[in-house]
Amino acid sequence: MAISSIQQMGRNSLSVIAGLGRAAFMLVGALKPSGRGVKLLPLLIKQLYVVGVQSLIIIVVSGLFIGMVLSLQGYTILVGYGAEQSLGQMVSLSLLRELGPVVSALLFAGRAGSALTAEIGLMKATEQLSSLEMMAIDPLHQIVAPRFWAGVISLPLLAAIFSAVGIIGGHLVGVDWLGVDSGAFWSVMQSSVEWQEDIVNGAIKSIIFAIVVTWIALHKGYDAVPTSEGISKATTSTVVQSSLAILGLDFVLTVVMFGS
Amino acid sequence: MSKKIELMVGFFLLAGIAAILMLGLKVANSQLGGNTDTYQLIAKFSNIGGLKVRSSVKVGGVVVGRVVSISLDDDFSPKVVMNINSDFNKFPDSSSVAILTSGLLGEQFIGLTPGFVDEETEILANGDLLEDTRSAMVLEDLIGQFLYGNSED
Repeated sequence: MAISSIQQMGRNSLSVIAGLGRAAFMLVGALKPSGRGVKLLPLLIKQLYVVGVQSLIIIVVSGLFIGMVLSLQGYTILVGYGAEQSLGQMVSLSLLRELGPVVSALLFAGRAGSALTAEIGLMKATEQLSSLEMMAIDPLHQIVAPRFWAGVISLPLLAAIFSAVGIIGGHLVGVDWLGVDSGAFWSVMQSSVEWQEDIVNGAIKSIIFAIVVTWIALHKGYDAVPTSEGISKATTSTVVQSSLAILGLDFVLTVVMFGS
Repeated sequence: MSKKIELMVGFFLLAGIAAILMLGLKVANSQLGGNTDTYQLIAKFSNIGGLKVRSSVKVGGVVVGRVVSISLDDDFSPKVVMNINSDFNKFPDSSSVAILTSGLLGEQFIGLTPGFVDEETEILANGDLLEDTRSAMVLEDLIGQFLYGNSED
């Protein structure tokens, strides 16, 4: 009994490590320059549309609401100390440092990551990937690489849009509805937000999240068991593992960037 | 169809760049294109209170520069190096600096008071030391003086 459970544990960890290895090979294979004729740019534009443009609405709407909620919550607390002038600082720093990169990455994992997994998983199940190989087209270059680059380009842009829209939403609630002075809102924000410290660090976070989420999504699809059950499992584990990776990495990155 | 997709992707990239520009210019107020030439002034205090790097240097409430470094000098007095915007380069060496607090418990900043000008004063230049300094008002010291001041006298 004990032996078999230890054996089970060993088998599990071996399969995790094997999965990591396959994921690494997939990424390297996709990113190394293709020997011949897969034109990346048209494929990339198509994927930027699917991955980026179609995620725009959910990012804008949730950014707006998160900015509004932050502003409302912050106001009710800050007004108790007579410090409602600092609302702009609170809203902008929480969006730029944490919520912008993290929430847009979570939404991206749910909106685009799951779709990528399901699409590639179904391609595998219907043997489209094998057909490409039969035609001497490397599916890593034709299918995986454009999706990877589209994700890595889209998510940082989406996070920037999220933060910008969130700040506008915070301004809407704080200044237009609750009556914080507009000049104080912007000037306190401008004196506390640093280009290097806050905006660039937030952008680095979202680039790292973009790589991780897209990589997980592509690997789960590429590695899926080619049955309907396998695809559904792969899609679920894309969302779960991406979310956990985002939140865990976010803590580590925050410690490195803002910990000292 | 393909043209529409290309157009939408173009708009998406533009929107992303616009958002980054808005964050950079409107939110962080990084002074792109503005006059960012500065010169350094040094001041020694006996106590800097809660002054921090990047605290502002103000003349009559107008920000003219920022604190770039705070260190302890050889004689254990805090040494503050300030970057002053070179638009404001006409301060005489009789000027004085004081560490002030905005509001009762607010941020601390350096208040620079331009001094008199006569034949013997010179204009402060890069790396000059401001002689006339007044240290931070530390609230705990004030309370201490208030509580124990009478009995000590």
